[in-house]
Formats: sequence, structure tokens, C-alpha cells
Amino acid sequence: MEKTSIKMGLTEKNDNIDYLAAQVGAKQGEAGFFVTTIDDVINWGRSNSIWPLTFATSCCGIEMMSAGAPRHDFARFGIEVYRPSARQADVIVVAGTIVQKMAPVLKRLYDQMPDPKYVIAMGACAVSGGPFYYNSYSVIRGVDHVIPVDVYIPGCPPRPEALLYGVMKLQEKIKNSDTIMKNRTDEADNDFI
Amino acid sequence: MSDSKIQENLQKEDAYYVNMGPQHPSTHGVLRLRVGLQGEKVIHVEPHCGYIHRGIEKMCEKDTYSQIIHLTDRLDYLSANTNNEAVCLLVENALGIEVPERVKIIRTILDELTRLASHQLWWSVMGMDLGALTTFFYGLRDREKILDIFEESTGGRLLPSFNTPGGFMHDIHPNFVPRTKEFLAYFKKKLPEYNRLLTGNVIFQQRTKGIGILSKEDAIAYGVTGPSGRASGFACDVRKHHPYSAYGMVDFKEILYTEGDSFYRYVARMDEMWESMKIIEQLIDRIEDGPYTAKMKPIIKLPAGEYYQRVETTRGEFGVFVISTGDKTPYRMKFRSPNFANLSALDYMSRGFKIADMVAIMSSLDLVIPDIDR
Repeated sequence: MEKTSIKMGLTEKNDNIDYLAAQVGAKQGEAGFFVTTIDDVINWGRSNSIWPLTFATSCCGIEMMSAGAPRHDFARFGIEVYRPSARQADVIVVAGTIVQKMAPVLKRLYDQMPDPKYVIAMGACAVSGGPFYYNSYSVIRGVDHVIPVDVYIPGCPPRPEALLYGVMKLQEKIKNSDTIMKNRTDEADNDFI
Repeated sequence: MSDSKIQENLQKEDAYYVNMGPQHPSTHGVLRLRVGLQGEKVIHVEPHCGYIHRGIEKMCEKDTYSQIIHLTDRLDYLSANTNNEAVCLLVENALGIEVPERVKIIRTILDELTRLASHQLWWSVMGMDLGALTTFFYGLRDREKILDIFEESTGGRLLPSFNTPGGFMHDIHPNFVPRTKEFLAYFKKKLPEYNRLLTGNVIFQQRTKGIGILSKEDAIAYGVTGPSGRASGFACDVRKHHPYSAYGMVDFKEILYTEGDSFYRYVARMDEMWESMKIIEQLIDRIEDGPYTAKMKPIIKLPAGEYYQRVETTRGEFGVFVISTGDKTPYRMKFRSPNFANLSALDYMSRGFKIADMVAIMSSLDLVIPDIDR
């Protein structure tokens, strides 16, 4: 990984205006300005500065920390500043098992986040209950019973590289979405609460 | 009710209660603490458990002994290998199976590597909790090197599930010995750097020295084990007093301090890293060729009875208690988790200190929450 670092998707020199225009899907005018759509600019900004919430319940949290550490360094993708407060976060990485006592707390944290908000289900427990799918009386079988999920990352725990890939997929999703978001709470599967 | 009890209850009624957690970056998980305050002073701490209660003990009753290994991994995920070993040792001792020397030595080396990786992570987040983000990057940089060794030999970075009753799932990688030696040479140079970065720091020392004092008697009364207990002078190292695997073959020092405050809990762990490296150094050249597992029956059935096995994980004494009825699954399985006992002392230790000191006390205890809730 250290030898061939991913150049944050840069294919050409960063400092020329053509590059910037291409990033936001614009056509460059003659007088040094360019025209684009508001969707493209806003999505470009959103997808490259995703702030996650510090929310780790178990083992996957350690791999999430590793993803932020020097070897994997997911600050390269703009997903950088861990926010302890839900009100400042864009994405909630559900790293670990959610049990019945924790589910209302998770739902409340999700509700406290400002729109647009995204959810990454990291690890087998958050995806489906994982190793606790059978025989456990307290584990929620998948975090999508509580809040809507954008990206699922399998693994027990997933490698930090898997989290990076999940984040890149989320960025792809954001780039292809409408600026005016639908009301997300309608989508949520509210059967639990 | 005695006068002091009435006084205490009155104080509790007057207290201003603040919730710390379940989603709080310094609780290192989903621990919820109801902290009773008088001004900034903590007068009472009430831990609320169960936010990550997954019912592992009950699940174990449905699983065979080889399947249980995969659940004990996920209790204290930072000493996963050691937890597995406890179950394996219990089964081996109950059946009277003698595992090969090679297995014993490799298990001990893996245990100590786990301990090093865990202490590195603890050091990283302790600095971070007290406001020094730099330590996070230094600690995790070195931790990745241990995880590489684990990944190569066991197939798992964090949760190896490598031990099975009788030995290992498969043999270690040929690179295991050279890479471990390489790591030791590397980390010996880096550990003094840790001390230069954090230990001597004036702010760090002022925030930890004299904070959260636990006397030896109280440590024994609360059952605080591991480096936290040893910093109070409680000689509780299972590796020393009840040697298992290859700990009887090596020479190492039990780190003991008598101060019992947050700073000395920190120092005890830092010293333990040196001892861990010493243990690995003594054993790494003694790995002989041979089988990686003893002969085991495909279905393991323990004879009816009660069994107990203890090991020293990174955070203290981890015990497994099994009642067997002669079936292939245990009738009852109980874990004695070090974190649960360590947490019980938190209320006593934080009384009279400021709420900001609670973060230092919790960090120095190095709690892992899934181990508490199970």
C-alpha cells in the first residue's frame, strides 16, 4: 500500500482550472469562469468532506481506528474528522453489534444528525447480526432494522481496506444523488421502535 | 442506617447527575456512566451495563468447544488470542491431553505479541483521551507491524481464532520467526520514543499523578487485577503464580508498584511491554519442528464435572468456568472477565476527583466494554 499510494483519484495536475472544471462536471468559459449545475458542485463538496461520528460498539471499532491511523489513513478520501457530536457528523459508521438496549440510542443519534446523512454498516454484526445471528436473545439482526443503511461492508471484522472501499462507494453514491434529498425518515424501517 | 450512610444518601439526592455515554469517545465503547456531581466534584458514579450485552454465555451452551473459540475472541477483542487459549487450556486439562512443546511456545509468543499490540493501542488512546492526538498515530503505526505477523501466520488481523483445543488450526508461516525478530529489534528503538513523547510530559503527569488512587487492600477487595492491580501492589500475575503454556520456562519480572494512581497504572503497562519483549526473545529461538496440534477426537466431550481455567490477559485475570454433564456442549459457561471487576472499582476511585479526571482514571484502567457486558 505504501509503495503505490492511491492519488485520491487525481489523474492530472491539481492546479489547473480544467481539472477543477472536470471534477464538478463543468464547461470552461473563455474569460476564466465556468458553468456547471448546482447538483454537481454541491455533490462534489459533500462527497469529499464526509465527517464520521465517533460511534464504535465493539471489535470493528478497532479496525475503524486502524483505518484512520497512518498505514491506511482514510483522511486521503476526505473522511477525516471524527466528530463526537451527532450534530456535526455527516456519516455514522455503525462499527459493531447493536443490541436491543442500544438500538433506541442509535436511532436517537441518527435523528440528531443533520441532513444529508449517510449510514455505513461495518462488519457482519451491523449487516446481519453476524456470529450472533443464531441463539442470541439480545442482538438486532442487522442495523437496517433501526436506521436506513447506504453501504454494507461485510467481514468480521472487515479490514481497513474494506472500509476504505466502502467509503469510496459511498462517495460514488453521493456524487450520483440529487441535491434536494428526500425525507429520509420515511425510508426508515421503523418496526423496531 | 448509620450517620455516615444517611449523609451519603443525602449527598446523592443533592447531586447533579450527568450521563457519560453510552456514545462517548472516552468510554471506549458503549459504557454508560451516571455521574453524580457537586459542582465539578464527582461524588458518585453509577455504571450502567448492557449496551453491548450479546448473550455470549448463553450462546456457549449451544455450541461445541471448538465453536466457542470464535465467541471468546469477541469478548475482549484486544486480547483475543489469550481468551481463546483459556478455553483451549480448560479442554486440554479436563481431557488430560499433553500438547506438544512447539504449541506451548508459539502460544506464549502469540500471547505476548497480543499484549504488546493491546498496550500499544491503550497507549495511543490514553494520550488521545488526555488531549494528545499525536500518540494515536505513533502507537497505531507500530501496532500494524504486529498485526502483519498475526495476519501472515493466523489469517486474522484482529481476531485470529487460531487456537483450538489441542493446538492450532494450521501451522505458522515460515516468516513468523524472522518477522517477529525484526519487529522486536524495531520496537526496542521505538519504545523509548513513547516515553519521550508522553511519560515525561508535564501536562500528562499533572493530569495523572495522584488521580484515582487505589490502595492494595481495596484492589484486592474489588478484585482489580492485571497491570491496574499490580500498580497498587497486588501481586496477581497469573503467568507468574500459576504458570500455564510456556510461562514456566521463561524468566521475567512481575511489575509491582505501590502508588496505585493513574500515572503508575500507566507506568506498569509501559514496563510490562519490556517484559513481554523479554519473554518473546527467550522463546523465539526455541521453536522446534514438530506437529502443530495434539491428536484430538473430532467431537470433544468433557467428562461430567466442574472445571476452571485462568489466564492472564492484557487487562487482568480471565477465568473460564464450565459445568459439564458429559455432553459435547457445556451445561453452563461462565466467564470471569477482568474488565468487569476493574470497572467495579471506578466508583470508589473517582469519588472526590473532578469530572475531567474521570477520563484519566478510565483510560488508565483500559476498559474493553464487550468484555464487561459479554
